[in-house]
Amino acid sequence: MGSLIHIQKFLQLTIINLLVIRKPYMNPYMAGVILGVVLLAAMFLSGRGLGASGGLKYCVVSIVGAVDADHVAQSPYYSKYFEDSGKPLKNWLVFEILGMVVGGFISGALSGRLGFKVEKPAHVSNRRRLLFAFLGGILFVYGAQLARGCTSGAALSGMAVLSVAGFVTMIAIFGSAYLFAWFFRKNWI
Amino acid sequence: MGPILIHSDASTWINLLTGFLIGIGFGFALEQAGFSSSRKLAGMFYGYDTTVLKVFFTAAIVAMIGSQLLKFFGLIDMDLVFVNHYYPYAAITGGVIMGAGFVMGGFCPGTGISAFSIGKMDALVFLIGGFVGAFLFAETFPLIQKLYMAGYKGPVKLSESLGVSDGVFIFLVIIVALVMFWLAEKAEVKFKRPDITSEL
Repeated sequence: MGSLIHIQKFLQLTIINLLVIRKPYMNPYMAGVILGVVLLAAMFLSGRGLGASGGLKYCVVSIVGAVDADHVAQSPYYSKYFEDSGKPLKNWLVFEILGMVVGGFISGALSGRLGFKVEKPAHVSNRRRLLFAFLGGILFVYGAQLARGCTSGAALSGMAVLSVAGFVTMIAIFGSAYLFAWFFRKNWI
Repeated sequence: MGPILIHSDASTWINLLTGFLIGIGFGFALEQAGFSSSRKLAGMFYGYDTTVLKVFFTAAIVAMIGSQLLKFFGLIDMDLVFVNHYYPYAAITGGVIMGAGFVMGGFCPGTGISAFSIGKMDALVFLIGGFVGAFLFAETFPLIQKLYMAGYKGPVKLSESLGVSDGVFIFLVIIVALVMFWLAEKAEVKFKRPDITSEL
């Protein structure tokens, strides 16, 4: 009986330790090594890099296809995504971003970082933070469609295969962000 | 020999499952790095936190060296690994738009997904904006098609255009990255904001 109570206590403490106590982030160079190994695995297994904006695009294409099939059939942009299987969601990138949500959740759970929250400096209102998050999302993914990939698919994965496109996109993203940083500084500092 | 799933004609579902598993690793690494925090990411542009640069370049270098080693030992056919196609005007214009979105939204799509996965509501709104952005691109595609296709150069590698071997080129990238890591550590001291970083 006594040892059972001990085991129960031990499990309780372990769960509390895992899920509730907030742990520091991983050393950035170590996290970079893990990310690099994951990217290498994508290259070695599937012959491709990582991506994020592409998966969002396939979701949107699929939604538009479900809502307005005529529009999709007439548009040269949408129709190409329905040519192969007719199911844009049956795509490597869509499954990868589903995995990302699971992987991020596991990491957050093990590090005590789960919780609903709008993250912002104290002097910024929720409304302002969410408005800028929305506008930033529109611009980022619009730009990612134009550049054929975002920070993951164009910049990081593109650099890993030494492509000019990867280096140019990386410099354009970060160069532009530094230029615009001055205008939006009050949102952050 | 790699890429394994291309060589072995694996079924679609095995390929999709691989994508899912790779995604778990990807999401885990981003969250562990702290990319689930918009204020940590924004630190890159104000100097108080340069995690983005450190993680990004370390990952790129590990993948570069890893793929060269696999190739050297005959374990991967790099000709079958996708090399991004270079459309200069679209890459630069798209990149500039992304940079503006980054500093306004505080996320990129991958880090937005990472932050959403632990419950950040600003990330959810960013991703909804992302859906709208992808929709707007599809609807405005006829207007922007010319820019999208302009000046196509093919899947060119920077090592080729500089006329050096991949190995020499990667060595140069490592040197540049080490200098940037050193500058990043300096910047974090110079622009330090303990009031912000203590909350992250």
